Parts: sequence; structure tokens; C-alpha cells
Amino acid sequence: MAQPTPTATRHVNLNERLIFEKSVPGKRGMELPPLDVPAVDAAKELGAEHARAAVEGFPEVSEIEVIRHFTRLSTWNYAIDLGMYPLGSCTMKYNPRVNEFVARLDGLATEHPLQPAGLSQGCLRILRTLEMFLLEVTGMDAVTLQPCAGAQGEYAGIAIVRAYQSSKGNPRKRVLVPDSAHGTNPATAVTAGYEVQNIRSDATGRIDIAQLAECVNEDVAALMVTNPNTLGIFERDIARAAELLHARGALLYMDGANMNALAGVARPGDFGVDVMHMNLHKTFSTPHGGGGPGAGPVAVKKELEPFLPIPVLVEKAGGTLGWDSNRPKSIGRLRAFYGNFGVLVRALAYALAYGPGMIEATRDAVLNANYIRKKLEDVYELPYKQPCMHEVVFSDARQKKHGVNTTDIAKRLIDYGFHPYTTAFPLIVPGAMMIEPTESESREELDRFVEAMRSIAAEAAENPELVKSAPHSARVGRLDEVGAARKPILRWKP
Amino acid sequence: MRYLPKSDAERRAILGELGFDSIDELFRSIPENCRLRRALDVPGPLSEKEIIDYFRARAAENSAGYTSFLGAGVYNHLRSVVADALLQRGEFLTSYTPYQAEISQGTLQAIFEFQTLMCQLTGQEVANASMYDGSTATAEAAMMAVRLTGRRRLVISRALHPEYRQVADTYARDLGLDVAEIGFDAKTGQTDLAAARAAVNDATAAVIVQSPNFLGALEAVPQIAEIAHGAGALLVVAIAEAVSLGAVRAPAEADIVAMEAQSLGLAPSFGGPFAGVIATREKFVRQMPGRLAGQTTDGQGRRGFVLTLATREQHIRREKATSNICTNQALCALAVTMHLSLAGKEGLREMAHQNLAKARYAVAEFEKLPGVRRAFAAPFFNEVTLEFPRSVRMINHELERERIIGPLPLGPFFPEQTKRGLLCVTEVHSRQDVDRLVAATRRALESLGVGAREAVSSPAER
Repeated sequence: MAQPTPTATRHVNLNERLIFEKSVPGKRGMELPPLDVPAVDAAKELGAEHARAAVEGFPEVSEIEVIRHFTRLSTWNYAIDLGMYPLGSCTMKYNPRVNEFVARLDGLATEHPLQPAGLSQGCLRILRTLEMFLLEVTGMDAVTLQPCAGAQGEYAGIAIVRAYQSSKGNPRKRVLVPDSAHGTNPATAVTAGYEVQNIRSDATGRIDIAQLAECVNEDVAALMVTNPNTLGIFERDIARAAELLHARGALLYMDGANMNALAGVARPGDFGVDVMHMNLHKTFSTPHGGGGPGAGPVAVKKELEPFLPIPVLVEKAGGTLGWDSNRPKSIGRLRAFYGNFGVLVRALAYALAYGPGMIEATRDAVLNANYIRKKLEDVYELPYKQPCMHEVVFSDARQKKHGVNTTDIAKRLIDYGFHPYTTAFPLIVPGAMMIEPTESESREELDRFVEAMRSIAAEAAENPELVKSAPHSARVGRLDEVGAARKPILRWKP
Repeated sequence: MRYLPKSDAERRAILGELGFDSIDELFRSIPENCRLRRALDVPGPLSEKEIIDYFRARAAENSAGYTSFLGAGVYNHLRSVVADALLQRGEFLTSYTPYQAEISQGTLQAIFEFQTLMCQLTGQEVANASMYDGSTATAEAAMMAVRLTGRRRLVISRALHPEYRQVADTYARDLGLDVAEIGFDAKTGQTDLAAARAAVNDATAAVIVQSPNFLGALEAVPQIAEIAHGAGALLVVAIAEAVSLGAVRAPAEADIVAMEAQSLGLAPSFGGPFAGVIATREKFVRQMPGRLAGQTTDGQGRRGFVLTLATREQHIRREKATSNICTNQALCALAVTMHLSLAGKEGLREMAHQNLAKARYAVAEFEKLPGVRRAFAAPFFNEVTLEFPRSVRMINHELERERIIGPLPLGPFFPEQTKRGLLCVTEVHSRQDVDRLVAATRRALESLGVGAREAVSSPAER
């Protein structure tokens, strides 16, 4: 007699459902201490118009189920802790664990921003020490730690430009932005009420100084420039650009996203920059966390200090620290309280670990990028030939002949155990492949990456379909992004 | 240096392969007049032990050993160690923004769950993940209303968190928006409906209120919505204390909800990092700023998640984007998702109800003190404005001696309210904590010359 065939589906760790789909009424993963005061009748206290019985649809799961749910989800992510993250312009470097530890200390994580300044001197001292560190690294005169990310830093910086120009009698109309800029630059200028004028790059990938000279006039409030630029090339005429701008009353804004190429080597304050932001989640190693939180401090020259956002950290008599909000020329407040304090703690922990030795990280970052340039330039097109700084930009021009583009190559990297590089950016390189290794990669890891890239180049010639249909080893295949945008499903429904 | 994975010999070998003699040659593209030719003058380098010692020393200079009753946009609630343990998995902590969907499904599915939780909490149809905090979410909501209506006037309640208001003012000024303020009712502490009716006109893009508002009062959202909608304006409701939504009806009549999710699992951390949220109606989604994860399928029909509607965002649209936001507060949003998964339906309800009970216990105890009373009559959640017979600043000075951080003095925000303070009591406060606060306040008042027999001051005398 035949035995019934046992039926079983694969274990759910291969296909973890949504937390809502695991919910069973009556379960919970967190319990509170018993109430030690008289209970109240919510409907009576709040009135029928305000009271709510419960949040419908909220999950009901136990503690172990929550642990397994998120642990399983975590295994579907790539991460720096797993391997190299060659994303150009993103500076995905090692996030030291001690930084996580100190940010969680009792006495730091527990502090309320509105508690008396006399009981917050430790927090304020941390902020002051980080300010001093950033001023020395950038060569600027004053800094605000308030912006929550690079884009908000940019916004603060351009708002400062606007306030400064207004104080001279006219906010002016336009902000100049090179065509190699990050997308946040033009978006920021518009948010701050400016028109954007794009500036061409020259044949070497740098700002076309002649064109810049033609564009700068009394309608121009500022030039926003990333240095080194998104091709990983230092803008060698930066001091000249600053002179051109200053002669017509315009300011030089620097996007400090690429400070990882400069820390300890060159200071924006020494080459004519008036106002700049930094991304502490890049250069200062605070974890990217799947998209934030970041911090985007803005540093300025003396002349722009009165326009910094309120409140400003000030030293009071006797050496105590406090906040000053009585600053009539300030651009105002950018967010409630003082900034992403927990991120700033991590950034200072990183800075103190290196101290003056930060230049070693800068050197290794540039060394690594050049190593990759050298090891791949015979198989991938290098549109700008000179030694690069912290990142190198190739293009897919040679692989295009086989119908393989930058995205295909990037996706194929996944099969070799790497995160893709940045694709299709900067816009001035068609089919760009933008690679930033950072200082955190050993020679062994760099060689592994180089081998993977060379292997993909060979596959592109011999078996293009293999590359074009990659990735083959991920949990899911290429996802239908067009469909997702056409009929958006943005939440779970029963 | 322990973070750098190369020996000097390896560095020299690589340099040699590149054809360079010294590392400095790699920096030749930087003109000499732009170079720094000295060492950075900064503290360090420090070992791990020294770093920990440094931050422990700073932590000891703060409020360790004090019991705090501050709220005002930052709330102390219970958090499970489970969420933080999960959050510190490197696969979450050290991953990038999930543009590469195939190897970011963990983050993307969690974002999708976050969006769902925020919709359920706020009673809205779609929610983003995420904005920087509640204050910038409110400012972005205002700008979104400006885009949706094509109008340029904001009508903002004076009972909106004063720092949220300052942020909105910053953004409004650069865009040249017209901002009008409406006051609050002296008896209820709620936004003055008559003033709202008078201020809202056909140029108004949005009416902006907060509920519970900065004074602790729950707003009459349906009535304010009626006023806004009657003039074709949108209603933006800011929520700074999200735990309230475990017991308080969601502002379903709002067109946009701008929420601070800090109280759902994030530490006070001296004011950040937190997680802002914008939730709205489905028909407004294409004007919503910030990241969105959407559900889709791969070639084999398997469910997966991607970042979607990116045509709103700066990296695609550049100067035509809905906002310049790029990096947001993703890890904080994940912490909130983990916290709410643990607390669940019953945990959040119980937490909210404990807040209701503890705050009412504290008010009842305070009202036993001479001259102390609730300042406003409107229903409240866990925060309440108390009126004292002496300045709150002076009382707090006395409380500090007993290692208590008392109610937030309202004087700096509302100059006419120096004898009023904003008290916040949550489930983290034990009955004993509250009793100690009230007893210390009694002693403080006595030392300030308020005896048991002093008459309760009337509102007219404040």
C-alpha cells in the first residue's frame, strides 16, 4: 500500500512574510510594569470625540517572532560589515562599533534637549569639541551642527548666501551649478528661492573657467561646487573661481560630500570657499543605516557668521557653554532642538580615534581609488585619464558594443558578492560607473573586486546575456520598478 | 591605525605598482597654494578605551541622577532592549539607501512595514519614510500644501510647538510665503476657532495646528478642518507625541499629517536623531516629499519591494524635485518599526492608557497644592499646562536641588505665561516619582513664601 507523500512548504526564513501577515490576535512582544496609580476611563477623560479604542491593523506578535522577523529581513541586505561597498560619492567606510557604544551611554542618549544648560554641559562640550575639530579640518571660521543631513546643510548654506546677499541690498537671482553636480544642489537652490543655471565641464572634467567668467554677474548669488568633483578630480582652478565670484560680489559654496579626499591634505577655507557643508555620515563614518540619519554641518567664513541658524553654541563667562538665539541676522531655525546629536557623538568618536592621523585615512582612500583605476583601465573605458582622488569614474562604452550597460555590470557585481558601484552618475559621463573604495578596504578585498570586475568584462564580451540578466544569486530577481510606479502599492492591506 | 586595513609594506607595494615614489604624488593635482603643509591641530588619536572614558566623563557632566518631567516634543517612554539589539545588526546599521533592491530587501520590506504602521496610526492613506523630524515634516507639509493648492498663505496656530513654528518660518521666508498666526482660547488652550475663521481666506494654502498642541490640549480637528476646507485650504495636523495615538482618535479630517515618531522607540538623545513622517491622502502622493517603498514582483512573480515614485526626488528631478531631501532618518524609522512590532496593538494601547492615568494622577496631586491648578480646560493626553503662584523658573531652581527637572517654563515661549509650566508624565514615571515631585514643589512654594492658606490665583491675575 502506497504511503501518502508528506507535503511541506519551504521554511518561512526563505520567504519571510510581512509582520502584519504573521499577526494573531491576543499576542504581544512587550509588557509594561503594572499601573501603580488609579486607572482612568479613557472615553470619559478624553470625551467621545477624541477617544480611540485601539489602532486597527497593528501587529500582534510575540518577542521571538519579532526577533526572527527582523533577523531574517536583515540577512537580505548587503552591508559594509559584509564586504566592500564601492558606491561612488557615498563614502561607505567602516562604521566603528565603539561609536555605537558611546552614543548609547546613559547620560548622553538619555538627555532631554530642553533640560537646563547647567545640566547639559557634557552634551554641549561634545558639540563644541566637534565644532573645533571641523573648523580645523575645513579651515573655516564658524560652524553650525544643526542640519540633519547633507541636503539640509546645503539648504542652510544657500539660505545663508541669500541672507548675506540680501544684507548687501539684493538677494540676487541665480545660483550656478556645474553639470557634474549632485542632484541635491539644484534642488536646494530652488528650495531656497533661486533659479539654477548649469555650467559646463571642460575637456578635463573640471569647471570651464572661461564659461564661468562669462556667467558671473550681479544676478549671481553663488556658485555651488563639489571639490573634488564627482569625477574624483580636484578643481585646480578653484582659487581662481573664487576670485571671479568675489570680484562680482558672489559667493563660493562648496558641497563637502567628497571631503574624504581632502581631510588633512587641503582645506576649503584656504582656497576661497565662503560656505560649505560636510556629510558626517560620509567622511566621519557615522552609519548610513539604510538611508540615514546623517548630519550636515555648515561651516562659514567670518563674514557669514551672523547669518548662521539659531541657536548658536556660545562660550559664557567662566567657560560654561550655552545657546544664543538672539541673533537678528540669522537665517532662523532649521529644525527643532540642536541637530542629530547622536550622530554628532559618533562623528566626534571617529574624529578622536584618528586625531591628526586623519590624513592617513585620506591617503589610503586616494591610494585605493588609484589602485582600482590602474587595475581596470585596460578593460573599462576611462573618460578622464589623470590620477583620481578618492573615486574613479569609468564608462560602459566598451561593453555597450555587446549590448551590456553600466546597470547590467553593476547588477552582475551582486553575483560576485559586492554591492554595485554608483551607476549613471555623474550625468556628464554617459554610462558612468563611479567607484569609491574608501580607505576601509584591504588589498585582499580590492583584488577580489578587481577580479570580479575583470571577470564581468570578459563575460560581457563572451556571454552578454549572463550579465544582462543578472543578478542570478539574489533573493529576488530584477524587480518591476515601472509597474511599482504605475500602480503604487505603498502599504499593506488585509 | 586600527581602522585602516593596510600595512606600510602593502602601501609601498601598491604605490610602486602605480609608478609613484611617494604618497604625496597622488595629490599633485591639488595646487600647492591649496595644500595644508602642517599636521592638523586636533586632539587624538585615542584608543577605544580612551574614547569610552572621554564620553563617560562628558555623560557625567549632564543630568545623571535627576528625574525629569520634560516633554515638549521629546518624550521619555519605555523601549525594549530587543529593538536596539536588532537595530545593531550590521546588515541594517551599515547598509546604504536601498537603491539596489535585489540586495536591500530587508530594509525595503521594513520601510514598507513602517509606511503601513504610520498609515494605521495616523488614519491616512499613504505615509513616507521618512523626514528629518517633526518640525521639518511640518515645514515640508506646508510647502506640499502650497504646491497642491497653488496658494501662498499659511495660517499657523500659536499653539504649534514654537520651534516647529520657527522652522516653518525659515522655509516660508525664502519662498516669500505669507504667514498668519492664530491664537489659542484662554480657557481651553485650544486653537481659537473664531480667529481661525477670520484668518483663513481664499489665498490660504494650509491651516497648521498641532494635536495634542504645545500646551497639551487636544485640538478640535473636525471643526478646524471644516474651516480650512470651507475656504479651499488644506489642513495640516502636526503630532509631536505619537504615543497619544494609542488612545486618541487619529486626525482623519487632516489632509496632511506631519508627525514626530521619536516617542515610538527612540531615545531623547539631546534632541536627535528622530524620525519625521508625512502621511496624507493617496491623491496627494505625487506631491509628497521623501522616500517611498512600493510592492512589486520580480520576473518569476515573487513579491519584492523597491523605492518608488522617485520622479518626485532630487536625484532624478534635480531642480524640479518636490524637496531636496536625500539622506533621511531610515535607521530611526526602522527602530520605530521594531518597537511598534513589539508593542503591537495591545502594548501601544496599554502604554497610552498608562500615560492618561499617570498624568491625571499627577494633576490631582498638584491641585492639592495651594495656588496650583490646571491652566486649560481642554482634554489632554500626557502633558498639561499647570499654573503656579510663583514663576516656574524659581520653582524649578528649588526642584533642581532635589535632583528633579520640573515642568518646562512657558515664559520663554509665551511671555505672558511665566507662572505656567508644561508638565509631562509618562509610563516611565512611578507613582513615587510623581509624589516626590509634588512634595518637592510644595517645599519649593513654601520657601518662596506660598503658604497653605494662599488663595488660588484667578486667570486674570497671571
